[in-house]
Amino acid sequence: MTARSGFHQGLLHAAGIPALVLAAGYIGFGALCAGHGLSLAGTLLSTLLIWALPAQLILVEMHTLGAPFFAVLLTAVLSGARFLPMTVILAPLLYEARSRPLHQYAAAHFISMTGWAWAMARFPAMPPEHRLGYFFGFTAILMASALGSTALGYLAGDLLPPMAKLSFVFMSPMYFLLLLAGGQNDARGYLAIVAGAVAGPLAHFAAPQWSVLFAGLAGGTLAYFAHRALKRKGLAR
Amino acid sequence: MSEYTLLAVACGLGTYLWRGLGVALSARIRPESELFAWIGCVAYAMLAGLISRVILMPSGALEHTALWQRLAATGFALLAYLLFTRKNLFAGVVASAVAMYVILRLSA
Repeated sequence: MTARSGFHQGLLHAAGIPALVLAAGYIGFGALCAGHGLSLAGTLLSTLLIWALPAQLILVEMHTLGAPFFAVLLTAVLSGARFLPMTVILAPLLYEARSRPLHQYAAAHFISMTGWAWAMARFPAMPPEHRLGYFFGFTAILMASALGSTALGYLAGDLLPPMAKLSFVFMSPMYFLLLLAGGQNDARGYLAIVAGAVAGPLAHFAAPQWSVLFAGLAGGTLAYFAHRALKRKGLAR
Repeated sequence: MSEYTLLAVACGLGTYLWRGLGVALSARIRPESELFAWIGCVAYAMLAGLISRVILMPSGALEHTALWQRLAATGFALLAYLLFTRKNLFAGVVASAVAMYVILRLSA
């Protein structure tokens, strides 16, 4: 197998469930943006450049509530901080010593939850020289699916009758609710989700434009220390 | 360029910083540190807070739905995802849209 066939294999593996799951999230996101009256160009750019649906959702919801530019930027970027440890963990699997720095930094942009989790599961069994090509192929399909679905959701949201449109818009929060509900395997994650879910609406009453940031910092910090306390008493791992 | 488009570009650059830093520092930092555990908690809490606010007090198009309609559709989506399809995310998300549509139709 050559590096090129690694790329082709990546294309093939993404064109199926991974691309479909992502499409479900981005169709909802596109419809949500159309529902808020935001531009299609800005919406597609957010998918291409941010490439992280939680940060995109935060951007859209905060901007729509009239939050100041800097507040939106700070909150959305902070929500992407998980990419730092994710990239650090993936890097030794993804890159070889002879990988060109340009390729390494280009591949890093395409790291998202889906591509990362997939790569972490497959790379150990794959020859190192095929991994980078595979990753580019896999994420190229994911990006194409996400951009197409963003546009589809946006345009369908405009064309469909109101009830169908509302159902499309509703998919966006549901995508994350289900992702959060199904993806936790440690007590700390559950604590953070519950604390955030309570803090979010409360913070919204106090300061709607800053509520995502405040709720995240307050709820997340509370969950972090609660988990430490539980761990010290031997009640959680 | 509208503020929204400018925000998309700025947030894109800001988000890339984490990924680029990850490549640059990959040999030098420990991903399982306490700092990253806290960052993970904040990120989860942010997202959970946003989702619960959007379900309970939405802005935009979802303002045209009633709280009980959103809660009922949410309940159905959770059932479809966790019980009926054993965590098939695609099926769960599609089920949420179908549930919302049926509920809106029946109560119209």
